[in-house]
Amino acid sequence: MLMKRRDFLRNTVPAAILPSFINGESITALAPNSFLNAITNYAEETDHVLVIIEMNGGNDGLNMVIPRDTYSAYYNIRANIAIPEANVLRLQGNDKTGLHPAMTGVQQLFNDGKVAIVQSAGYPDPNLSHFRSTDIWMSASDSNEVVNTGWIGRYLASEYPGYPMGYPNAAMPDPPAIQIGSLSSLTFHGPNIGMAMSITNPTSFYRIVDDVQDPAPATRAGKELTYIREIARQTEKFGDSIKRAATNSTQQLPYPDNNGLANQLKIVARLIKGGLKTRVYKVSIGGFDTHSMQTEMSNPMTGKHAELLKELSDAVKAFQDDLAFLGLEDRVLAFTFSEFGRRINSNFSVGTDHGAAAPMLVFGSKVQPGIIGNNPHIPGAGTQSNIPHQYDYRSVYASILEKWFCADNLGLQTVLLKNFQSLPIIQDNACNTNIKPKDDTSLISNYPNPFTTTTTVRYITQGGHTLVQVIDCMGRVVKRLVDGNQTGNTYTITFDSTGLAAGIYYLRLQNGPLQQVRAILKVK
Amino acid sequence: MDRRSFLSLKREKLSKKFVTGRTQSGITPYTGPWTRNEVIHLLKRTMFGASLQDIKYFEQRTMEASVNELLTITAPLPTPPLKDYDASDAEAQPDNNIAPGATWVNDYNTDGGIGQARNFSFQRWWISRVLHQDRNIREKMTLFWHNHFATQMSSSNNGRLTYKHHQMLRQHALGNLKWLVKAVTLDPLMLVFQNGEHNRKESPDENYARELQELFSIGKENNPNYTEDDVKAAARVLTGWRINYETVEPFFTPERHDTGNKSFSSFYNNRVITGRAGAAGAQEVDDLIDMIFSKSREASVYVVKELYKWFVYYEIDAAAQANVIDPLAQMLVNYNWDIKPVVETLLKSEHFFDVLNQGCLIKGPADFIFGLCREFDVQLPSGADWQTEYAVNNLLSWIMKNLDQDLGEPPSVSGWPAYYQMPVFHEIWITNNTYPKRTEFTDMMTMSNFTVNNFELKIDVVAFAKTLSNPGDPNSLLNDSLEILYRIDLSEGVREQLKRDILLTGQTNDYYWTNAWNAHIANPSNMMAYQTVFTRLSELYQYLLALPEYHLS
Repeated sequence: MLMKRRDFLRNTVPAAILPSFINGESITALAPNSFLNAITNYAEETDHVLVIIEMNGGNDGLNMVIPRDTYSAYYNIRANIAIPEANVLRLQGNDKTGLHPAMTGVQQLFNDGKVAIVQSAGYPDPNLSHFRSTDIWMSASDSNEVVNTGWIGRYLASEYPGYPMGYPNAAMPDPPAIQIGSLSSLTFHGPNIGMAMSITNPTSFYRIVDDVQDPAPATRAGKELTYIREIARQTEKFGDSIKRAATNSTQQLPYPDNNGLANQLKIVARLIKGGLKTRVYKVSIGGFDTHSMQTEMSNPMTGKHAELLKELSDAVKAFQDDLAFLGLEDRVLAFTFSEFGRRINSNFSVGTDHGAAAPMLVFGSKVQPGIIGNNPHIPGAGTQSNIPHQYDYRSVYASILEKWFCADNLGLQTVLLKNFQSLPIIQDNACNTNIKPKDDTSLISNYPNPFTTTTTVRYITQGGHTLVQVIDCMGRVVKRLVDGNQTGNTYTITFDSTGLAAGIYYLRLQNGPLQQVRAILKVK
Repeated sequence: MDRRSFLSLKREKLSKKFVTGRTQSGITPYTGPWTRNEVIHLLKRTMFGASLQDIKYFEQRTMEASVNELLTITAPLPTPPLKDYDASDAEAQPDNNIAPGATWVNDYNTDGGIGQARNFSFQRWWISRVLHQDRNIREKMTLFWHNHFATQMSSSNNGRLTYKHHQMLRQHALGNLKWLVKAVTLDPLMLVFQNGEHNRKESPDENYARELQELFSIGKENNPNYTEDDVKAAARVLTGWRINYETVEPFFTPERHDTGNKSFSSFYNNRVITGRAGAAGAQEVDDLIDMIFSKSREASVYVVKELYKWFVYYEIDAAAQANVIDPLAQMLVNYNWDIKPVVETLLKSEHFFDVLNQGCLIKGPADFIFGLCREFDVQLPSGADWQTEYAVNNLLSWIMKNLDQDLGEPPSVSGWPAYYQMPVFHEIWITNNTYPKRTEFTDMMTMSNFTVNNFELKIDVVAFAKTLSNPGDPNSLLNDSLEILYRIDLSEGVREQLKRDILLTGQTNDYYWTNAWNAHIANPSNMMAYQTVFTRLSELYQYLLALPEYHLS
């Protein structure tokens, strides 16, 4: 007896999929509808690809991007791990800042105009837990806010509404995001469901590409497992498109051996070249949690951290070269992040403890090259201190969404939950928008300094949203002096420090694309 | 084969072609270890999923006591389905006399639309019976009989017939096979589905007479077997039965009955069922069923094989035939067709607990969906909120249909192909169509939720983790979870990767998870601490439920 079609349709039917029967086989067809059409119209036409490089464990940014202008302060507060001044790699056109000596690859990219360094990226009230801070960076939440979706997940969900229902389709035949090297991450959680496909590197990638199967036990259970695995492989939504992409591109430049990150980036380049329309890739490199033996005791230029930075630098250099070779350079932007930086002061175990802000590196032929922001203020030796953030990490996200993915302002605020400043890290012509980087000298100052209880803060705003914060040396916002729309002018405001301990504080001004941080000193 | 040698076997290099393990074990009572592994095996096969509560309960008992308890059904039949539909605009006869939330099973109504609405109400009610099943085998056996004596509720569009039929199966879930075959033969829903109510002497309808022998008793694999003439003769025996739709009872109409003698083939020893006039014609059905069950070897082997496919595996090799099927079939005859001793012997046997027979059953949609809800103790609407309860079950019934199992509506009188379609059998449940849908379901249940009437149906991953032995230790958390959810071990390497990538967020020290977990336990109302563990546990269970291993029972 055949099932009647009427019976099948009698209750509610999910909008995008109508089951039907052909020769008794239940099949699922994509029903063309306004919903899918809407996607095609909505998605911004851009072939730009973003690669997120996660440095897992909390990277010591101060030994990666090293202040040359305040070298002695830097040396004094972390003498047992400080990179010798003579060995700090020089950067073309910049005398104040240099790189760890293991990062010759990044140095060369910088000198070629393919790197932007964003100084002291972080967020107010830093959380020093790996888990919590990772979640903050991935969700783009405030420190004290719980958000269970990821920023890329929200962005992709707005680009591909309804996912995974109705996907793959003609407009998006490929996974919106691909994660390589670990199983999953909050970054890609959309409002409903994960937006990424995970490729656990390298085995499962090659399982998809080369049909390699794990052994199953020689039992009945093993027989059935093998059967289900085969169906799982066949029905992996994007298995075929990934396999096709991987097969399409075989010619690549060499990548360094024994470099896990390079292996991951090599896969990314191969998939982009192979024609995947995937918008975001995430790769990762772990081991940055360097509480002890960050460097070798005899030679601060070697050791765990040096090896990690070399792995990072070599991998990124090879990736960038390969992209140029493959003709993809103008389509790909990559950036690094870590859940936090580390303390300014080193500890006696030749390491550094969990800290706050740290530099982010942005790579690509379309970056606005150079260094954004100043070297962090280094307090005197013996001080327990965190680097306060100059740039909210979400400003980097905002700038990428705006200038790389060409999102409009409204979309931007929806994804990032509020308004963040735009930073000059991507060339203006990438999306044909026009925001000129501004000279950011002397926008905020105070008098007297040092002060005992009150000091007068003077700041210049270009108009629009203006934020003036006072941040303590652990990165916590202790006072918000200004937070609102103002007309362009110079203003003064009194900072009353009653109740605050003596010590170093930071004034931070944020105004549209501009920001500035200035250290101030409260004395008894 | 014990578990230890099995595990060492797994590590050997395997050739690409499969030689699945065979076993000589039979129905001798199992005397091996009674550990969580065996408890879970027994529970997954006899109930829907193995809930932690049930696992702990039976861990405290012996294998013997556990099987006995699972086979002892003392709870009364469940209260009947409720009116969850609005049929005030029904064309023929609105049932406005039944208040929403009151039962309709005693209300006679001739409207087809209402009859259909009641079928769906019944289906939703059934789902609650499984989700809230007592700690016994009743619901698993009820579904077994539904597949065995398959009926389609849409054939009658009459919920009262459907309800009555299924209550009969539920009530006699461990009853007497011969009694069941007779009851099914005269069951109003079956009389509709197989046209028995229109079987009259002028033009005997062979539909049921055929299925009675082919599907419900003897089977078609015997040599020699019943003949086409036997089908015709049986059809004549069964002429004259009709349905009183008001009382939902069968009744016999002598005027429609063929009073001639019915002669059967040599397969039935040339038996002649004497034709009877008047009300006595109703007794011929007893003669027919006696005759069929006189073929005791065929009739017993047929149903025992069905039970074997349901509880053990679909392949029956020569050893299983000799060591399990044949002795159980003989036992069924010896016990005058009582099912319970046979099921009991099977479930207590060495063969059932043989490690080679564990983990090889592909979950059907009912096992997959209801098992998931029970294993994760998914919170369901309270019984008081019947509207939401029925609405949630409606959603689940839709998901099941999309996975090719529509409760109350098997594709044909043969039941679901997974239990008869050679040579693939259970593998039919997993197709290019259904597998991605299974994963969509588990993704939604772990990473998101299904919202029905403002009720969120989802796995509470944090609450589930709390029920495990030591959730603050990521190794213990993972091992406990895998033990409950999987029947196939994951390698150390995969466990390590799951732990590191998900629970430790890429870190290498276990205490990062421990700290996060303890922070949540110390301050359960702190949303941030909660979110930290919630995010990771969602990812963990999403991943575990998306792997092929999860579909094996």
